[in-house]
Amino acid sequence: MAAAEIDVKYVAHLARIALSPDEEKKLSSQLGNILSYIEKLKQADVSGVEPTAHAFPLVNVTRPDEVRPSMSNEDALRNAPAKANGLFIVPKIVE
Amino acid sequence: MLNQLTISELTARLSKREVSSREAVQACLDRIQNVDGKIHAFISYDAADALAQADAADKLLAGSGANADRLLLGVPVAIKDVLAVKGHRLNCGSKILGNFVSPYDATAIQKLKAAGAIVFGRLNMDEFAMGSSTENSAFGVTRNPWDTARIPGGSSGGSAAAVAADECIASLGTDTGGSIRQPAALCGVVGMKPTYGRISRYGLVAFASSLDQIGPFTKSVRDTALLLEAMSGVDACDSTSVPQPVPHYAANLEGGVKGLKLGLPKEYMIGGLDAEVKQAVDAAVKQLEKLGAEIVEVSLPHTDYAVATYYIIATAEASANLARFDGVRYCARVDGADPIEMYGKTRGAGFGPEVKRRIILGTYVLSSGYYDAYYLRAQKVRTLIRNDFLEAFKKVDAIVTPTSPTAAFKIGEKSDDPLQMYLSDIFTISCNLAGICGLSLPCGFTKSPKLPIGLQLLGKPFGEETILKIAHAYEQSTGWHKEKPPLA
Repeated sequence: MAAAEIDVKYVAHLARIALSPDEEKKLSSQLGNILSYIEKLKQADVSGVEPTAHAFPLVNVTRPDEVRPSMSNEDALRNAPAKANGLFIVPKIVE
Repeated sequence: MLNQLTISELTARLSKREVSSREAVQACLDRIQNVDGKIHAFISYDAADALAQADAADKLLAGSGANADRLLLGVPVAIKDVLAVKGHRLNCGSKILGNFVSPYDATAIQKLKAAGAIVFGRLNMDEFAMGSSTENSAFGVTRNPWDTARIPGGSSGGSAAAVAADECIASLGTDTGGSIRQPAALCGVVGMKPTYGRISRYGLVAFASSLDQIGPFTKSVRDTALLLEAMSGVDACDSTSVPQPVPHYAANLEGGVKGLKLGLPKEYMIGGLDAEVKQAVDAAVKQLEKLGAEIVEVSLPHTDYAVATYYIIATAEASANLARFDGVRYCARVDGADPIEMYGKTRGAGFGPEVKRRIILGTYVLSSGYYDAYYLRAQKVRTLIRNDFLEAFKKVDAIVTPTSPTAAFKIGEKSDDPLQMYLSDIFTISCNLAGICGLSLPCGFTKSPKLPIGLQLLGKPFGEETILKIAHAYEQSTGWHKEKPPLA
C-alpha cells in the first residue's frame, strides 16, 4: 500500500467530529506523517499468522439469563444534558 | 511526616493506634495545600469527604472487630480521573464530560473501599489516557516534582507526581501503552501494569479495550504487592477479566533472585537510548547479577513494529470506545438541528487535539477499503510480538529493560510533534500488545539536573509474583526509593 493520504473531511464525518478548516489542514499533515511511519508494518511477514484480538482469549464468558438489579432510571438520567419524563431528550430524528 | 510513609509503615502504626487515619489524611491534605500549586497533580479533591472516610476508618480501627482482611484500612489512595468513583466527578482529563458525576464505583474502587482504603481526589491525566506527558489535559499541565519545568510523564502524570511528592500514600493509574510505567520511571516511584485481565476494567473509562489495565503507583514494591492483591480477581461485570486465583502477593516477596534467569533483549539497548539511562540500567543489571541472577541475552525480533502496531490497534479501539461521547446521555452538549449535527458539534467542541487525531486515525484504519491493509495486518503483527515474548519466557523468568529511552523532557519539547511523542513509548508498548505484566522501579538518577531513571521488569502472563520478587530484592539492596524530590 502506498502511503495514502487520509481524506480527513470524510473520515471526520464518519467519526462525527466537526473540524474547523484549520484543524483539517493540520490533521492532514500530522496524520500523513504518522501513516508514513506505519508503512513499515508492510515489511512484516504475516503469512499464516492468526490475528490477535485479545491477549488472553477467553471463550464463551456468559452468565445465567436471569434478571439482576441494575442502575436506577434516576441514576442513569443524573448526568443527562436534557431530560423529561424519565427519558433523554434529543433533537428531532425523523420528520 | 505521616504523608511520607509507605502503606506498610502507615498500616503498622494505625493498627498499633500510634496515629489515626484522620491525622494521616490531614497530613496529605496539608501537603497538597503546600505543594500542589507548583505541580498540579490534582484536578480536584474533596477534603471533607476524605476526612469523613478517615473517621469511619478510625472507628473500625478502634473497635473490637477483626480488621485482618482490610489490608488498606485507613490508607489514603488518590485516583486517576479516568476511574469511576460514586459521587465524585469523572472527567478523564477532558472538557467533553462537563460536570459528570459518577453514579457508580469501578470494581477496583469497590475493592479498595472493601479493603478499608480512603479513596480521594481526581488526579490529572492526558485526555482519555492518550498521551505520554500529561500535556494533553483540558485541566492544565502537571509538573514533575523533581524539576517543575519538566513533564511527569503520561498519561498517568498526576498519579505519579502525587506519590513522588508525598501528596498521598499511593495512587491508582491506568496503562494502555506504558501510561503507568513511564510516569513512574520519570517521577522516581514504583508503577505496575498487571497482566491483561488481572484487574477488572469495569468502571475504567475505556480507551483501548484489549490493552487497558488499572495499576498502582507506590513508594515501595511491597506497597505495590498490597494494592495488586486488593484489586485483583475475576469480575462478572468484566468478561475480559480472567478467573485466575489471586496469590498473597505481599507474602511472597522475600524469595530473592538466586537461580532466576533475567533476559536482556538485544533490540532494546539501541541508539536513541540516553547514555545516562543506559549507564543506570547497566549498573542495575550488574547489581541483579551480584544478587544471584543469571543474565541471558534474548531476542524480541519484532520490537521495531511495536509502536506502529500499537497506534493502529489502540486508535481503532479508541474510535469505537469514544463514540459514546455524543451529547445524548451525558456530556457538555452543543445543540444541533438534528442529532448528527449535535454529535459533530459536541465532539468538535469537547475533544482536545490529540483525542481528535487518534479518533480520526482509528476511524480511518477501520474504514471500508483500509481495514485489511491496516487493522487486520496490525493484529497479525501483534501475534508475532506476543509470540516473541512467549518464546523468550521459555528461556528466562523475566525480562529487564530501561522503562523510558530518556529521563523527563521539558514541557513543550515534544508536544508539537505527535510522532516523536509516540516513539518515547518504545520500551513499554510491547508489554500491552502481548498482554503480559510489567513494572518500573527507580534505578538511579541523571547527573544534572537530577532526574529519576526507571528500570522495567517484564513478566509472563500472571507472572506478577516473579517480577515483584525481583523488584523487591533490587529495591532493598539499593537506596533509590528513599530519595525525595527537592520540593518545599
